[in-house]
Amino acid sequence: MPAVAQCSDVGNDSVPMHRASSISVAHIPRACQVHVVTIESLRPADWTPMKLHRLAAMSMAATLALGLTACSSGGSTTPTDSASASTAPTATAGYQAEHAGGTVTLLAKGAGGTLDPKVNYTLQYWQLFQATYDGLTGFKKVNGEDSFTVVPDLAESIPEATNGGKTYVFPLRKGIKFSDGTDVTVDDVVASFQRIFKVSSPTAGGFYAGIVGADLCLTTPATCTLDGGVVADKTANTVTINLIAPDPEFLYKLSVPHAAINPKSAPVTDAGNAPIPTTGPYMFKSYDPNTSLVMVRNPNFTEWSTDAQPKGYPDEIDYKFGLTVEASVTAVENGQANWLYDPPPADRLAEIGTKYAPQVHVEPLTAYWYAPMNVNIPPFNNLQARQAVNWAVDRNSIVQLLGGPKLAAPVCTLLPPGFPGHVDDCQYTNPAGTTWQGPDLAKAKQLVLDSGTAGQSVAIVVTDDEVNKAVGEYMQSVLNSIGYKATVKAISNNIQFTYIQNSNNKVQISVTQWYQDYPAASDFLNVLLGCASFTPGSDSSINMSGYCDKTIQAQMDDALTTEQTSMDDANVKWAAIDKALMTASPQAPLITPQLVNFLSAGTGNYQFSKQFYMLVDQLWVK
Amino acid sequence: MNTSKTDISSTPATQYAGPWRTAWRDVRRNKVAVGSLVVLFIIIAACLAAPWYADHVMHLDAFSSNINGTYLVNGVPKPVLETSTSGLGLGVNPIGPTWDPANFFLGADNQGRDVMSRLLYGGRNSLMIGFVSAVICCVLAGLVGVVAGYFGGGLDAVLSRGLDVLWAFPVYLLAICLSVVLINATLDIGPITLTSGSIILPILIIGVIYVPYVARPIRGQTMSLREREFVQASVGAGATDARLLRREILPNVLPTLIVFLPLMTAINMLTESALSFLSIGVQPPDASWGTVINDGVGLLYTRPMVAIAPGVMLAITAVALNLFGDGIRDALDPKARLRGAV
Repeated sequence: MPAVAQCSDVGNDSVPMHRASSISVAHIPRACQVHVVTIESLRPADWTPMKLHRLAAMSMAATLALGLTACSSGGSTTPTDSASASTAPTATAGYQAEHAGGTVTLLAKGAGGTLDPKVNYTLQYWQLFQATYDGLTGFKKVNGEDSFTVVPDLAESIPEATNGGKTYVFPLRKGIKFSDGTDVTVDDVVASFQRIFKVSSPTAGGFYAGIVGADLCLTTPATCTLDGGVVADKTANTVTINLIAPDPEFLYKLSVPHAAINPKSAPVTDAGNAPIPTTGPYMFKSYDPNTSLVMVRNPNFTEWSTDAQPKGYPDEIDYKFGLTVEASVTAVENGQANWLYDPPPADRLAEIGTKYAPQVHVEPLTAYWYAPMNVNIPPFNNLQARQAVNWAVDRNSIVQLLGGPKLAAPVCTLLPPGFPGHVDDCQYTNPAGTTWQGPDLAKAKQLVLDSGTAGQSVAIVVTDDEVNKAVGEYMQSVLNSIGYKATVKAISNNIQFTYIQNSNNKVQISVTQWYQDYPAASDFLNVLLGCASFTPGSDSSINMSGYCDKTIQAQMDDALTTEQTSMDDANVKWAAIDKALMTASPQAPLITPQLVNFLSAGTGNYQFSKQFYMLVDQLWVK
Repeated sequence: MNTSKTDISSTPATQYAGPWRTAWRDVRRNKVAVGSLVVLFIIIAACLAAPWYADHVMHLDAFSSNINGTYLVNGVPKPVLETSTSGLGLGVNPIGPTWDPANFFLGADNQGRDVMSRLLYGGRNSLMIGFVSAVICCVLAGLVGVVAGYFGGGLDAVLSRGLDVLWAFPVYLLAICLSVVLINATLDIGPITLTSGSIILPILIIGVIYVPYVARPIRGQTMSLREREFVQASVGAGATDARLLRREILPNVLPTLIVFLPLMTAINMLTESALSFLSIGVQPPDASWGTVINDGVGLLYTRPMVAIAPGVMLAITAVALNLFGDGIRDALDPKARLRGAV
């Protein structure tokens, strides 16, 4: 599930999900490919995995644990339940018309970039795209775990894959209109898939390279036809999608905004600040990245599926930009705004957690913070050196830096707790256990001595926001304590994520984050540590460790193949792969974060989709 | 004639102690300058005692993370970083000021480190960077200003245009640009290698960017001195350029440079703090007053002392340096004496 803030945006920059528009496409890390097992040769050189990293945002507020952590590897600090504490009313049965109307005001420090749903790759706007754009399929727009479910959206139903899992025939719903009044037709669907490549969507090479004809589209986007790949039948009102090979994760990929259906008249370049007509309950009325984004009701919207696209409540949604996060918190406290996108600053957490507790919702995320270690340059080209880092880092200390055990939990595995394929296992904890207990500095020091790397200089590259810098300083202290001469390089959010991907920068170790795109283990393991995800010298090389083990890669390929027949069997294999990767230690997983949503008093019907986060169009202000 | 000579040698002329001793006497008579000097002395002494304080009073390393550390309250250990237990239990707050010198006097920062220890260590770096960069600045400025002012012509034109170029950049913008480029890179200058994060880098950057501010008046003063009678007399007596510079020009320019020294030290300290606040000056885990202020920014609502303490120290030191510099200026400037400034 593509979700929210996550995954792979290689090439994007900093903020939450990442702006594809800012990414240069020149490599196709296989990350995304991960999902399209047999088409490595097709991977375009411009594919950019989505980054996951929403740093700033999650940095401060994020953190650990609850619900998911119940079954997590989080040791003693693992919470067991969500900290949401709202007393605001919530819709329990159907649409409640008496709450319709009013204006929801959202705040963010900055805008999220282009409004083009095929280009934007930020959590900030993917959240809005849920109420505006639709694909053939979509993630269910509901609260909780059910939000990971894929449901038919503009398609009447989800077809069974035929032709050995390589062909899908989608019947298109009739009577749906774009916000400009034109009908949604099968031609729009075909044009929309072509547009993915024409605008060089950041996931074009990753998610959609498995469509027949995609290889040519990736080579020459301007003339993309996807001939034989996406075929319209006007008579039957169906769209047939042919894949080169079966892809068990294909429906997830159809459900993210990059696969949204736009009018065939939409520009074949990044639409930028100009809104593209929508199909959902809202449309964009105006957008000035320096000041505000205004969404109003789509006059041509009629609810066709409550699961896929429910009717919204507010008449208008105003997103205002420019306030500092401190000022935004105060505005929400004073009722001048309904919600702020950015995580509340660390020194305001206690205040809002006590004085405004009923308005605060803490949500577990399928994400993790980790420290990728470059396995191709000293000192971490030495296995013992990498294992020493895993032994030395006290995950509980990092939990404290992120706001305490209610906002983060320690992790020992690459797959976050609660994620498909996750099995509690902790190879680097003292005393031994399946969940995090504590570090073993003595063992770490001995490993460093045995590795012959003691005394070497190590630079830790982090972003320059408060929380990441604090984590970097902590890591520096740890590395110094086990025998290295560590320094911290704090660089701008805007460039750190791409900087640490490029092997030419010779980054030894860094601190970064990864958020799921959709709920599949490959989205973490194969994307982050698959051989095809490492492109030397590229800013779009999401395998920052430069790790490539042929044996483990074969296991991952096998797991992907198994997904075609049994996800459960595949997840067993992914768990084994996770364990093998931890033994090799190309990364030091640190913590899994939680998200703080702070609403003003009187804002009701808070619903949190695990896939796309808070459903802004379901909020009540009346 | 004999009587006349006797009268001259026996009058106040015999009591004149020379310009430097006279200047020092004047400084000592200036209560504000003396008071500032005492304040500076106390601050410097306290900062020099930082290792002693950290090792023998706080018993805590000022540069290592202490996130899970504890401190004793009535014999009971308490966490230095305390997790909120009220409400939803969000947030972690470091201990605030205890006003107990042996127990987190000014509280802890977000790494659990003692703020007082880092304040003292930070003062060492801030003062050292401020003073050394001021010396570098004054030496370079003196060299450039005297050479340009004395020789004039093409050499003056080249040097002056160089100063103009340097002066054309807003000083903080130039400092930020240089720091961003250099601070995270290893710099090779001939046989000298400056590693990333080296404290020498901010010293050099700050020392260089202020050269025009000192070199300009020095050049003007040198041009003026070159036309003075005593210099012309030396020229007429056949003195070489080297001798003229050494014996006539430099001694007269030196008081100006000395006056600049404390003033530039204060300015450079502020610049260093600004760069460190922006994370492009002193690099962690080292401390300066700027980095400590930066550490405190995220704690302003809950632990404001982390940012306030270094800010206050910076202000006191800068004011003291300026007042002391004013005293020196008054003492070394004969015109000021004639005006009755001392």
